Amino acid sequence: MLNQFLLLAAILFSIGVYGVIARRNTVMVLMSIELILNAVNINLLTFGAANADVAGAVFALFVIAVAAAEVGVGLAMVLIIYRNRQSVDLDEVDSMRG
Amino acid sequence: MVAQNIFFYVIAAGMVGAAVAVVTTRNVVRAALYLIAVFAGVAAQFILLAAEFVAVTQVLIYIGAIMVLMLFGIMLTRARIGRDVDMTNDHWWVGVGTALLLAAVMAYSLIDRWGDDPLPTERQINAVAGSNTATVSDSIFSQYLIPFEIVSVLLLAALVGAIVIARKDR
Repeated sequence: MLNQFLLLAAILFSIGVYGVIARRNTVMVLMSIELILNAVNINLLTFGAANADVAGAVFALFVIAVAAAEVGVGLAMVLIIYRNRQSVDLDEVDSMRG
Repeated sequence: MVAQNIFFYVIAAGMVGAAVAVVTTRNVVRAALYLIAVFAGVAAQFILLAAEFVAVTQVLIYIGAIMVLMLFGIMLTRARIGRDVDMTNDHWWVGVGTALLLAAVMAYSLIDRWGDDPLPTERQINAVAGSNTATVSDSIFSQYLIPFEIVSVLLLAALVGAIVIARKDR
């Protein structure tokens, strides 16, 4: 049973990594990052339940709080990019590319 | 235990299907709604792991605040009606290869190390008042007090930073 939770977390993590690499819309990339963070939370709570330790739940709460802060700042940046360029296409934001 | 296994597999299948739909659909609003389905499935898995406080916090903060914020972001950055922007960039096959390789390596190492360990059937950590939530709160306010205060300062910094970034220039 321990194994199935960990495998579920690994699969969600990989799907999130694919989303971060392959999506063009910036909000979609932020959503994929949230998928990755949820996979990490499942992992933390699984090991917390396996070792009868509440540190897993405490750390998962901190991860949720940090994810909320990150989404707030990330969406503010998305709004600024949209205001300046009228598009959130990540392929067009390449002025620093060599 | 059999009922827990059945529920786990049903919810896990729904979650993986919704997650794949998040990263492959062409419609941003549909992706947001599929992501809400993933978050609800994650909260159900937290209940299966006897972490009820984290499950309720997940529903409140992820579905109730973060997804609403993302839907506002989608609303404010929508392309003009009629222009169909392709969602996947040209190097999507790099993403597929990376994700498959990552999943294969993680699955092999997880099965190799923890393939035989079962989760304990009694998942109630009765340290304080016979409840997991009381134990978590006791732990936050005694052993993990400093990270708790630092997370508060982090949230304040993120709040002020988001307002400063997104305000209109005078």
